[in-house]
Amino acid sequence: MARITAENVGIDFPLYHVGARSLKKRLIAAASRRMSKDESDRVVVAALRDLSFEIGRGERVALIGQNGAGKSTLLRTIAGIYDPVAGCLTVDGEIGSMIDPGAGMDPWATGFENIRLRAWYRGMSDAQAESLAREVVAFSGLDEFLDVPIRSYSSGMQVRLAFAMATAMAPDILLMDEWFFAGDAEFMAKAELRLAGMVREAEILVLATHSTSIVRRWCTRVIRMEGGRIVQDGTVDEVLGPEQANLPSH
Amino acid sequence: MLTTHQAPSVRDAARPRKLERALDDLRQGIFGWRLPFALARLDIRNRYRGSVLGPFWLTLSTAVMLTGLGLLYSTLFRLELKTYLPFLAVSLILWNIISAMVIEGSSCLIEQESVIRQMPQPYSVHILRCIMRNSLIAAHNLPLIVVTFLICGYTPGWVGLWAIPGLVLFLVNAMAVATLFGMLSARFRDIGPIVASVMQIAFFMSPVIWKPELLGDRQRFLPFNPFYAVMETVRGPLVAGGVSPWVWVSAIIYSAILCTAAFLIFQRFRNRIAFWV
Repeated sequence: MARITAENVGIDFPLYHVGARSLKKRLIAAASRRMSKDESDRVVVAALRDLSFEIGRGERVALIGQNGAGKSTLLRTIAGIYDPVAGCLTVDGEIGSMIDPGAGMDPWATGFENIRLRAWYRGMSDAQAESLAREVVAFSGLDEFLDVPIRSYSSGMQVRLAFAMATAMAPDILLMDEWFFAGDAEFMAKAELRLAGMVREAEILVLATHSTSIVRRWCTRVIRMEGGRIVQDGTVDEVLGPEQANLPSH
Repeated sequence: MLTTHQAPSVRDAARPRKLERALDDLRQGIFGWRLPFALARLDIRNRYRGSVLGPFWLTLSTAVMLTGLGLLYSTLFRLELKTYLPFLAVSLILWNIISAMVIEGSSCLIEQESVIRQMPQPYSVHILRCIMRNSLIAAHNLPLIVVTFLICGYTPGWVGLWAIPGLVLFLVNAMAVATLFGMLSARFRDIGPIVASVMQIAFFMSPVIWKPELLGDRQRFLPFNPFYAVMETVRGPLVAGGVSPWVWVSAIIYSAILCTAAFLIFQRFRNRIAFWV
């Protein structure tokens, strides 16, 4: 059963390549409560501080907050890119992460070559790789473009390919940054259908976004972050307030 | 479904299980060798895209360098070209491999920053990708050795087969070097330029274009030079009719030190790499 449990998770970013002694950095450090010095005089940014939450099956969670609130860092930590510096994070289930649509794609390789590459990145067997390719072909609707190097794709086409690859062979837990809303309307409808289906099969979606309309349409729970901490955690209406009828929902 | 069900992954800052996870990382990288291999081939394809000769440019430039250096130094050192050229061919090609492995190895993690920060992958994938890429490129140079031997009418004989364990030692060392310097230069950005300049000095200080015999009595100190020791395990069998056991002893001791250092640093600091790059 898919589940994410965080107990007092914290991440510090030492700013390695910026010289802690420069005056500008000192000023920043003095002005901000999130920056501090560690024992070896490095500037350290507290990216995530003391996060505790539990996300269970069927939940579609939106992470909201200003730029730099820690949304992407939290996604990356759940994905396994950063190890918590403090606390304990338990992730039960296979993760599909769509943090950057271009990650792990070779711009000079064709769509098909990138699908095979992704299958290897995900550690799939030949048979699994083939069914991944079949699913991506069917879902992306890119047809003959799959034989063309992906650097010639439009951004919408890249999103289709990335979305199809990340959601094919359904992962238990899907992590997304909001980039994928670059797709066209027809694709968005398909994407929404697919995500809805995934969540029906008791899987988890964690989505970092700025857009309240996306939150209302896609999510069941909202975590609001500020300065690396969770400041609000609840249902969509609890956190965002009841939807106002006079506003058009996009 | 991709997997029936994985055990939950627990990452607890209080109990980091570093050794276990470092071994896991290496295991996944090595058993999933198809990924780094495919990436290495794509790297080569992209690097030489649109070029007529592709990686054979390296073969061509090595061939030109061999001819030039061969003519020059056989005159300077008063050596017969026919005996000097096979030595020089093997030396230069081996040195090219060493130098490429060390210099590119020290950027193997930095250059994959975009993947490391976006996609969880075993770090050994990036290290192996660099080793495989350089091995594939180096393979384009190997025919030159055969051609030189044929032109000079030289055959190493059966003892030449001893070069194979030497090559294996080469690869083990390449892996350790890329791990160690890849991590060090991700953390300390000055390491890359330092490594490049050390390699240049080492080229002149090691018997690559000059024959070890030229040192006379002091030749016995050569096994203390790690570059010489590792290189000689391959070169000796091919051009000198074998190597002294001291060369192997020294090469194995140096490799053991290097591998131990690389593994200790890898297991201690592996989970910091994503913060460094």
